[in-house]
Amino acid sequence: MTTVLTSQEKARIDAQIQAHREMPGALLPVLHAIQDDLGYVPEEAYPQIAHALALSVAEVHGVVTFYHHFRRHPVGKHVLQICRAESCQAMGSEKLEAHIKSTLGIDYHQTTADGAITLEPVYCLGNCACSPAVLMDEELHGRVDSHKIAEIIQEARAAS
Amino acid sequence: MIKVYVPRDSTALSLGADKTAQAIVAEAQKRGVEIELVRNGSRGLFWLEPFVEVATDKGRVAFAPVQPKDVPSLFDADFLHAGAHPLNLGLTEELSWLKKQQRLTFARVGITDPVSLDDYIAHDGYKGLTNALKMSGADIVKTVTDSGLRGRGGAAFPTGIKWNTVLNAPADQKYIVCNADEGDSGTYSDRMVMEDDPYVLIEGMTIAGVAVGATQGYIYLRSEYPHALKVLNEAIEKANQAGYLGENIRGSGKAFHLEVRRAAGAYVCGEETSLLESLEGKRGLVRFKPPLPAIEGLFGKPTVVNNVISLATIPIILDKGAQFYADYGMGRSRGTLPIQLAGNLKQGGLVELAFGATLRELLYDFGGGSATGKPIRAVQVGGPLGAYLPESQFDTPLDYEEFSKIWAVLGHGGIVAFDETVDMAKMARYAFEFCAVESCGKCTPCRIGSTRGVEVMDKIATGKDHTKNIQLVRDLSDTMLNGSLCALGGMTPYPVLSALNHFPEDFRLNKKEVAA
Ligand SMILES: NC(=O)c1ccc[n+]([C@@H]2O[C@H](COP(=O)([O-])OP(=O)(O)OC[C@H]3O[C@@H](n4cnc5c(N)ncnc54)[C@H](O)[C@@H]3O)[C@@H](O)[C@H]2O)c1
Ligand SMILES: Cc1cc2nc3c(=O)[nH]c(=O)nc-3n(C[C@H](O)[C@H](O)[C@H](O)COP(=O)(O)O)c2cc1C
Ligand code: SF4
Ligand code: FES
Ligand code: FES
Repeated sequence: MTTVLTSQEKARIDAQIQAHREMPGALLPVLHAIQDDLGYVPEEAYPQIAHALALSVAEVHGVVTFYHHFRRHPVGKHVLQICRAESCQAMGSEKLEAHIKSTLGIDYHQTTADGAITLEPVYCLGNCACSPAVLMDEELHGRVDSHKIAEIIQEARAAS
Repeated sequence: MIKVYVPRDSTALSLGADKTAQAIVAEAQKRGVEIELVRNGSRGLFWLEPFVEVATDKGRVAFAPVQPKDVPSLFDADFLHAGAHPLNLGLTEELSWLKKQQRLTFARVGITDPVSLDDYIAHDGYKGLTNALKMSGADIVKTVTDSGLRGRGGAAFPTGIKWNTVLNAPADQKYIVCNADEGDSGTYSDRMVMEDDPYVLIEGMTIAGVAVGATQGYIYLRSEYPHALKVLNEAIEKANQAGYLGENIRGSGKAFHLEVRRAAGAYVCGEETSLLESLEGKRGLVRFKPPLPAIEGLFGKPTVVNNVISLATIPIILDKGAQFYADYGMGRSRGTLPIQLAGNLKQGGLVELAFGATLRELLYDFGGGSATGKPIRAVQVGGPLGAYLPESQFDTPLDYEEFSKIWAVLGHGGIVAFDETVDMAKMARYAFEFCAVESCGKCTPCRIGSTRGVEVMDKIATGKDHTKNIQLVRDLSDTMLNGSLCALGGMTPYPVLSALNHFPEDFRLNKKEVAA
C-alpha cells in the first residue's frame, strides 16, 4: 500500500523530527513522536528522517521493521491489543481472542470495514493478576469476557 | 476532611477504579459531605480492586471491591466512619494477606499518593540519599555489596559487584540505565513501583549515580505501560523542581539527570545489550559480551544496567543499613523478593516476602488456589523463559540456588498458575512460537531453531513419527541451550523440556518412554 502524504502531514513529520533530533540516540524518540501524531510511520518519511539524523534510509527502515510497536500503515480510529501471553492463556484468552476476531470479522493486523478498530496481538500488559487483559488505545481492561469486550468495543465505536 | 483512597494503579483502573472514584465524589457532593479524594497506588490485593480505603483515627479501613453501584449503600452505611457494610474488610493493616508479608521495597506502595513528593518524604523517602550524600562512592558500593542484593531482573548477579566494576572504570561520562522493559508474562512488580511509588526508583537511581560517578540516567520503559510513563514524567519533573534531580542535588554539588525513554515492543530489548542498542537508536540486536556494559555500555561508556526492583531496593538499604536487609532471606538469597501471583489463581497480587517461602504457600495461602476451583496442575515461574513445575515440586523454597537444583529459575518473581485444563504440549509449542516472534535474529540456533520447534510440535500433535519427533525436540533444545548468544534462545528449552519431562502424557508419552 502506498500512501501519499499531504503537505500538512509532511510538515507535522518535520516538526516532530526537529523537536527530537538533538536527543542522544534520537531515532526511537523521533519514530514514537511521528507515530503518536499520525498513528503510523509512513515509509515516505524515511528519507526525511534519515537525512535529519545522518542515517541511511536502509537504517531507518531496519529500525522501523525491527520493533513490533511501529506500524507502517495507517490504522483504524482505535487500536485494540489482545494479550496472548501465558497468564492470560491460563484464564482463557484463546477463546476470547477467537471471539473478538469473529465478532469484528478481522484477524490480527487488520482494521474493521468501518475503519473503527485495528486488532493487534500483545505479549503481556502487566495486568496478569486480572487476566485476561486487553488494551483499547491507552485504556487497560482486566478480567475481560465476551460481555465486557462487547461494552469496550461499543464504547470505542461510540467515541469515534 | 475525611480522606478517601481510590487507587490509580493500572490494574485498579482496568477494573473500573476511575468510575468508582467519580461515583464517590458525585455521591458526596449530592449528600453535601466533604471528602478529600486521594488517588493512591495499589496495596496489591488485585482480586479486590477497586480497593477503597477511608482514613479513620484507628487507621485506614478497607472497602472492597467497590463498584459504582455500591457507592450509595456505602454512604448509607456511613462508610466514612467505618460503618458496617458487606464490603467492609476492617483495618487494612490487619488484613492477614498484608500482615504476613515483609514489605521493604514495597513499603510505601498503596499507602502514599504516588506523585506527591511531600508524601514520599513524610514516609521515609530520601533518607537513603541523604545518607549516601555523606558517604564516599566506594562506601555506598560496599553497603550495597554487603546487603547481598542480587539483580532482580532475573539473572541474580550481585548488584554491588556490578556497581564496583563501573565505579572503577575510568571515564569522562558514565550512565545509569534502568531496565523497565518488564517483558515477562506474569510479572508486574516493576510497573507497580513506577506507577505507585516512582520516587523510590528515582531515589535509587540517584544513589547509583552518586555511587559510581554517573551524571545521566535513563529509564527504558516498555511501550505497553502508558500509565507508568505519565507518572514517571510527572514525578521526575517535581524532583527536578525540588532539587532532588538536576545539576546540584540537594546542594551536594553532585549532578544527576534523569530521562524516560520509551521502548517499542520488542521482548529481546529487555536483554541489557539489546536495550543499549535500542537506546542508541538502533535495532535491538544483542551484543557479544565481553565487553560487559559495566565497562563499555551506553555510547561505549561504563554503564550500570539494573532492573527497576534492584534500583528501588537501594534506598531502604542505604537508609537502614546493609545488615538490616541481609537479615532477611535464606542461603545466598538475601533480602526479600516481590512475588507476583498471576494466571489461574483466586487471589492474584503482589506478595513481598523474604526468600525461603515455598511455592505451595504462595499458591494456596496467598493465592487461595485456582480461580476456576479446579486443581492447579502446572506453574510457570520466572516468565516465558522459566520452567513449568508440577505439583511434586511445589514445596521448593523460593531461593535462587534451590530453584537451579531442580532446573528451574526464579527470574523476576512471576508465578503463573494453570489448572488441569492446560495442555502442556501446547504450552511447549507456544514457548517456541514466542521465541520465534521475539528472536533478534543474530544467531541461528535461536532464529531457526525456534521456528523448527513450532513445526515439530505441530507434527507431535498429529502423532506421526512420534519417537523421532520427540527426539528432535530434545536435539533442538540442546542446540538452542548450548549455541545461543543470549538467554532468549538459550532458555526457551526450560519451558519446553520441563513441560515434556513433567507432563509427558500431554505429549502422548508415558513416563517410561520419557526415561528412555
Ligand atoms: N525481567 C524480565 O522481564 C526478564 C525477561 C527475560 C529474561 N529475564 C532474565 O534475564 C536473565 C538473563 O539475563 P542476562 O543475560 O543479562 O544474564 P547475565 O548473567 O549475562 O548478566 C547478569 C548481569 O550481571 C552483569 N555482570 C556479569 N558479570 C559481571 C562483572 N564481572 N562485573 C559487572 N557486571 C557483571 C551483566 O552485565 C548483567 O547485568 C535470565 O536469567 C532471565 O531470568 C528477565
Ligand atoms: C531476552 C531477555 C529479556 C530480558 N528482559 C529483561 C527485562 O525486561 N527486565 C530486566 O530487568 N531484565 C531483563 N533481562 C535481564 C537483563 O539482561 C539484565 O540481566 C538485567 O537488566 C540486569 O539488571 P539486574 O542485575 O538488576 O537484574 C532480560 C534478559 C534476556 C536474555
Ligand atoms: S539467542 Fe536469539 S535473541 Fe538472543 S542473540 Fe541469539 S538470535 Fe538474538
Ligand atoms: S500475560 Fe496478559 S497481562 Fe500479563
Ligand atoms: S551467531 Fe549466535 S551462536 Fe552463532
